[in-house]
Amino acid sequence: MKDLVIIGGGPAGMSAAVAAYESGIRDILILERDNALGGILQQCIHNGFGLHKFGEELTGPEYAWRYEKKVRELGIPFELNTMVLDISEDKVITATSAEKGVFQIQARAVILAMGCRERAKGALNIAGARPAGIYSAGTAQKLVNMKGYMPGKKVVILGSGDIGLIMARRMTLEGAKVEAVCELMPYSGGLARNIEQCLNDFDIPLKLSHTVVKIHGKKRVEGVTIAKVDENRRPIPETMEFIECDTLLLSVGLIPENELSKCAGVDLDRITSGAVVDQDRQTSCEGVFACGNVLHVHDLVDFVSEEAEIAGKSAAAYINGVKGEKISVSLRTDGKIRYTVPQTITECKDISVYFRVADVYRNVKINVYSGDELIFSKKRPKVAPGEMESIKLACDKFKDASELMFKLEEV
Amino acid sequence: MYDVAVIGAGVVGGMIARELSRYDLKICILEKANDVAMGATKANSAIVHAGFDAKEGSLKAKLNVRGSEMMAEVAKELGVKYKNNGSIVIAFNDEDRKTIEGLLDRGNKNGVKGLEILEKDALKKLEPNISDNVICALYAPTGAIVCPYELTVAAIGNAMDNGAELIRNFEVKSIEETADGYRITADENSVDAKYVVNAAGLFSDEIAKMVGDDSFTINPRRGEYILLDKECGTLVNTTVFRTPSKMGKGILVSPTVDGNLLTGPTSVDIEDKEDNTTTPEGFDSIIKEANENVDGIPFNKTITSFCGLRATGSTGDFIINSPAKNFVNVAGIESPGLSASPAIAEYVRDILKELGITLIKKDSFNPNREPMHAFREASIDEKNEIIKNDSTYGRIICRCETVTEGEILKAIRTNPQPFDLDGVKRRTRAQMGRCQGGFCSPYIMELLSKELEIPFETITKSGCGSALITGKTK
Amino acid sequence: MNTKRELTCIVCPIGCSLVAELCDGKVVSVTGNTCPRGKVYAETECVAPMRTITTTVKCKNGEMLPVKTATPIPKEKMAEAMEIINKANPDLPISVGDVIIESVFGSKIVAAKNLD
Repeated sequence: MKDLVIIGGGPAGMSAAVAAYESGIRDILILERDNALGGILQQCIHNGFGLHKFGEELTGPEYAWRYEKKVRELGIPFELNTMVLDISEDKVITATSAEKGVFQIQARAVILAMGCRERAKGALNIAGARPAGIYSAGTAQKLVNMKGYMPGKKVVILGSGDIGLIMARRMTLEGAKVEAVCELMPYSGGLARNIEQCLNDFDIPLKLSHTVVKIHGKKRVEGVTIAKVDENRRPIPETMEFIECDTLLLSVGLIPENELSKCAGVDLDRITSGAVVDQDRQTSCEGVFACGNVLHVHDLVDFVSEEAEIAGKSAAAYINGVKGEKISVSLRTDGKIRYTVPQTITECKDISVYFRVADVYRNVKINVYSGDELIFSKKRPKVAPGEMESIKLACDKFKDASELMFKLEEV
Repeated sequence: MYDVAVIGAGVVGGMIARELSRYDLKICILEKANDVAMGATKANSAIVHAGFDAKEGSLKAKLNVRGSEMMAEVAKELGVKYKNNGSIVIAFNDEDRKTIEGLLDRGNKNGVKGLEILEKDALKKLEPNISDNVICALYAPTGAIVCPYELTVAAIGNAMDNGAELIRNFEVKSIEETADGYRITADENSVDAKYVVNAAGLFSDEIAKMVGDDSFTINPRRGEYILLDKECGTLVNTTVFRTPSKMGKGILVSPTVDGNLLTGPTSVDIEDKEDNTTTPEGFDSIIKEANENVDGIPFNKTITSFCGLRATGSTGDFIINSPAKNFVNVAGIESPGLSASPAIAEYVRDILKELGITLIKKDSFNPNREPMHAFREASIDEKNEIIKNDSTYGRIICRCETVTEGEILKAIRTNPQPFDLDGVKRRTRAQMGRCQGGFCSPYIMELLSKELEIPFETITKSGCGSALITGKTK
Repeated sequence: MNTKRELTCIVCPIGCSLVAELCDGKVVSVTGNTCPRGKVYAETECVAPMRTITTTVKCKNGEMLPVKTATPIPKEKMAEAMEIINKANPDLPISVGDVIIESVFGSKIVAAKNLD
């Protein structure tokens, strides 16, 4: 029996562990599948992490080290090279490692912090054969940054998510030629600063409303045909254009890895593909919490850490049997706002609500209603799907409500 | 000098080699690719057909029914997953009904067991997700599913364990008659064999021409597929076919032995025997027809799409004959070729016997091959026993399909060894899950590099020309 | 004559759209910034743009070590800087912050990871 088992030793898992420890929990175990703590930050060698949390620009490994150092200083136990295979509804965790074999642990509380994976090529149904030279941006990042190998010399990138943009710069710095970044949508999914410093700095064209319609080459990629898409995102045949390249990198979205959450019987949100949680990041299964990219995909690791602290503290409160004043509020959205995290409020306390919008909107107000009553309003000059928004709500605003409606309305 | 050279390491060549390895013969299998099962075998519907499709009296009918009967046992010996899930042919209207009644009649004549027509209520019980527009279906309880490349890897592995040799990257360029057989020549090397079996799939017409037989041609027919996540594998229980028409058998919906859901194939005649490219039109037609057959197919759970090429012969039937001295064609093996493959092997053995080959059974022949999926199916205690002896079985490499380092190393060390990333994929299922190798492929490349003692940067996806790495960063 | 230049601030993830007004090659005003660092960014970017480089070096044991310029270097020197950094071949052990190269276009190259 363990008080708290944390699945995943990335930024979410480490931050949750530290927060739980600082809330008095000592019997903690972090299970990490890779050979080091830090998760995907290990391969994110670019800077831009930690401005919010530490007030300075850190690289991924540096940001991870800040937390790993704390974990080590506090003596929080962790197992590396350990893959969790199953979590039962009564919180029995089955895991495997070379050293321990297959083993089971009964946990009083579990924090899910498994992160996310990249959407693969298969999901896109791109015409053509399946030659070598098609990589997800993250796989290419691992090869270049961790292993020191170049996956290609002449590159087209599909998808303008941040990893794709970062890899455009990274491959260019290492001597590859990035021919273009194609983005299906009329706006980029990445941060404006990354378009500036990863593409514009190197004169890499960003082709909005464009997609790859065909991959050429039988054994290795020899080129791609790209095309502009219409408003229904269907390729326009007369705009087809062949680009010679030996590599296609895909940066077409991230998917929370919730296979284990499903084993445990956790309810998932159709939009986020993560768990449905309350303000404590507790899932539909009592004592099972979720945080980080397994809950919903974040843009900034700083917010992952913040969210994980909530989960860590709440798991500690759960283990210690601390209970607050119960309420029951569900959070709903109008579609322009796609989702919120949390999706429910079960305890009367001040909270932050995180959400994403469905499209690029300018000069809008984020309005929150309880029935007809406007309980919160905030003006935003511009909101975009690639940038997570958050607002703070004081508990006296919603303690008597049963439902809060989140709307994006014109100013 | 080999007694027999089998050209082509597909399911047909593999089954023939395995059958012949029962006897005291020196056998080689010549394959132009870097691995086995790289042609039509790699990408097809993975169905063991019951045998009601082929015209009565045809070689296809005879060998399909026999092969289908043999398959369960063959799969068991070879340690290959096989599931007798049954198949149905669905009718949307009275014309379809007539056609499936015709199939019932033909199936009975072909000797297929247990065929019956299910009316709507019974059908809905068997397949709750079948479309409401379906009025009845022909049910074939003997229909089954098997993984064609797993079967082929196992058959060739078993043949090799019993003494056969696999020679890869051997693209036959010419065949000359010699005093006691044939000299088969590729770019750089050649082999001599007393008997030659032409199981070259799409290229079997070109091989036949090398010994002067131009009596048939092979015309590639493209078949595209969409494969869905394991979450969707229970949407149907049986393999769901549409009523065949002049346009072909149409799009099927089937579970796979590994628990995925397979939809396809399209059917388009093409010229290029290597053009295994998927097309936007193909995707559209698969999705449209599959949705007509079965309700609620979640195409947003697509894992991958792929295209196979059928080796369609010009005669309409399997072409299995001896056009030249001590030379056997096994050509035009399109559907139901996979189902028929064990029977084809026996049939070819008998032809060779007639041609005068000496068949003496080897006492040492071992028909069994250890299943590669044993670890996956073991209990926790059994797994820990294995891990105690070999800790690599405790380390997961492929998260999505839960494949351990031990299983991958075993595959790399087992006949026929994989030499590339796709070879490991087909043997272990590592990289075959949701992330399609996004996380595990660099680790598998490391394992291949270590085991085969070749530099990391020389690992390919599928042999020569498919380099994964173009250089080092420093 | 005054000219205007539109910029995207890269100082933080907000990525403010900035407008810098220039007179005789000097920035006379910056608008659109939501913090003082945006103003500084626009002023430098218009006159002498600077960038941080993050990359890797190969250690003696073959492992890849992530490194970065401790302070930004001139943007037009990035390719040259890469050539210099690529030649480094440090010995282990290395701790976060260790100086790998003393000066590349005015900046130290420092380790971003511990390697034992």
